[in-house]
Amino acid sequence: MINITATLKIALRALWVNKMRSALTMLGIIIGVSAVIIMLAVGTGVSQKISSQISSIGSNLIIVLPGSTTQGGARMGGGSQSTLTIDDAEAILRECSAVAMVAPMHNGNAQVVFGNQNWATGIVGTTPGILEVKDCGLTEGRNMNEQDLRNATKVCLLGQTVVDNLFGGMDPIGQIVRIRNVPFTVIGVLEPKGQSLGGQDQDDTVIIPLTTAQKKIFGRAIPGMVRIIMVKARSTEDLPVAERQVTDLLRQRHRIGPNKEEDFTVRNLTQMLQMAEQTANTLTLLLAAIASVSLLVGGIGIMNIMLVSVTERTREIGIRMAVGAKAWDIRIQFIIEALTLSMIGGVIGILIGGCGSMILSRIFDFPSVVSPLSVLLSFSFSAMVGIFFGFYPAYKASLLNPIDALRFE
Amino acid sequence: MSLIQTKHLTKIYDVGDEGVHALENVSVSIEKGEFVAIMGPSGSGKSTFMNILGCLDQPTSGEYFLDGRQIRGLSRDELAAIRNRQIGFVFQGFNLLSRTSALENVELPLLYNHVPPRERKEKSLAALKRLRLEGREYHHPNQLSGGQQQRVAIARALVNNAPILMADEPTGNLDTKTSLEIMELLVELNRDAGTTIILITHEPDIAAFSRRIIRFLDGQVISDEEVKKS
Repeated sequence: MINITATLKIALRALWVNKMRSALTMLGIIIGVSAVIIMLAVGTGVSQKISSQISSIGSNLIIVLPGSTTQGGARMGGGSQSTLTIDDAEAILRECSAVAMVAPMHNGNAQVVFGNQNWATGIVGTTPGILEVKDCGLTEGRNMNEQDLRNATKVCLLGQTVVDNLFGGMDPIGQIVRIRNVPFTVIGVLEPKGQSLGGQDQDDTVIIPLTTAQKKIFGRAIPGMVRIIMVKARSTEDLPVAERQVTDLLRQRHRIGPNKEEDFTVRNLTQMLQMAEQTANTLTLLLAAIASVSLLVGGIGIMNIMLVSVTERTREIGIRMAVGAKAWDIRIQFIIEALTLSMIGGVIGILIGGCGSMILSRIFDFPSVVSPLSVLLSFSFSAMVGIFFGFYPAYKASLLNPIDALRFE
Repeated sequence: MSLIQTKHLTKIYDVGDEGVHALENVSVSIEKGEFVAIMGPSGSGKSTFMNILGCLDQPTSGEYFLDGRQIRGLSRDELAAIRNRQIGFVFQGFNLLSRTSALENVELPLLYNHVPPRERKEKSLAALKRLRLEGREYHHPNQLSGGQQQRVAIARALVNNAPILMADEPTGNLDTKTSLEIMELLVELNRDAGTTIILITHEPDIAAFSRRIIRFLDGQVISDEEVKKS
């Protein structure tokens, strides 16, 4: 076989002679490769967003919300009346075997003041279990404890956004902030979690003991009422079991007979998100499959052009054979030509695909993930397209009879 | 042992129902260093004969020995290697690669003989110099005159030091003056380098440069005689 640099030079010249044709042939590969890259990037980005969402709300999570109640035939909307109590939450933890932890919550908005700074944020009254339920750690300080809950102490955990806005560079631990004019001691800072799927800042929050929230901040008429109970199942497999156990238990506790509408709603958030993630993954595959069809079409374009090229250059092939080119010399020449087309197309396609997915991710606000794997995949795929679709024309050229090729007009 | 020896060479082309006998029972020997002209009207089989001698085509039957080696039954690649190392071709239509410089055209046989790039260039430049083509190395065929193109083709035929040069109507596309120049080059090659030259032509003036003339008619050799130099 003749050396590669010389063959590459021959190939590049042949492609340069037919600039327009080469460019159009490459365009097929460019579109194919960039489509594959963009589709994979979009798909991976969406699933990553969903999985980060799953991990940020906490894994294996079930949310129990107060449901609609019926008053004299008129159905009130969801959450219209608080039907959940702290006792419900404690019963769930006690009696449902598939449940690992619960966190009843009472939340609302309030202004938080430190020194001359102030910041409006969501105040969450809850129990120490919240950190386990939400898979959330502390960057510094300590969690509240049962004693804080029992005594309704005025302590709070701050989200990172609140810390940034109130304290600047200062260490917040041990400082006193005022929520609705009630002084609270900062005992801990929550781990940053970033934005939720809805674009909500999950770090813009203050956590205080549930009892403190009810007695000192929101002042509920009926003590013990909670807005939400968050339930963490023992494992992903236990999620459906936990969901059923919670539903059964609450029906029993709220004395709801069979065929009666529940006065609460159980939502299996994690499962919903996992399904969404699965759907996104399937969609990614589907999109990539569709995109690779265009790559295939591009490859057929290469084969078509190479066949034309072989016919056009029959005489050249004859001359090369007459001066001693062997079958593989001719084959390699045309394969390298096809390969050059597809690889240049592949590189341009990767560049366009990379830029395209970055632009798309800006517009639609999701993490764009051009993984090295997808680049490698589409590059090697386009190289394979070149070899595969270049081989037949090259093979055909190498089988020409030298004297017939020389006489070809 | 003769350099070239054919025994009962026959070539039949399948055209329609009956085969056309392009060559019938041709037995010829050519010695090393000879300058042979093959003459005959068109369709007499002289080109077919040369294509078989040049390993570009295969006979239907008969045997062909090149430098003592049986050619029949060799693979395409083995034939390519023989063309590459032992035979140089010069065609009527020059058969140079267009859009390729004279230098690169001359380099072709070396390229397929795996000669390293630097040596390839040196040898090709030397071959071009020998054919008085200095200053034309980087011209493309369409920037060269007919005579210059044919000289590039001869340089290409010689660059690999092939012992045999086969020329199929090398002056067919050239004017008389250029034709004479080319023929003088071939004579010089034969005389100085001992290259065996097989020349096909239908012009007696051109054949007169050779030392032996083989005449073909209807696929058969009708005469084979030395040229009497006056």
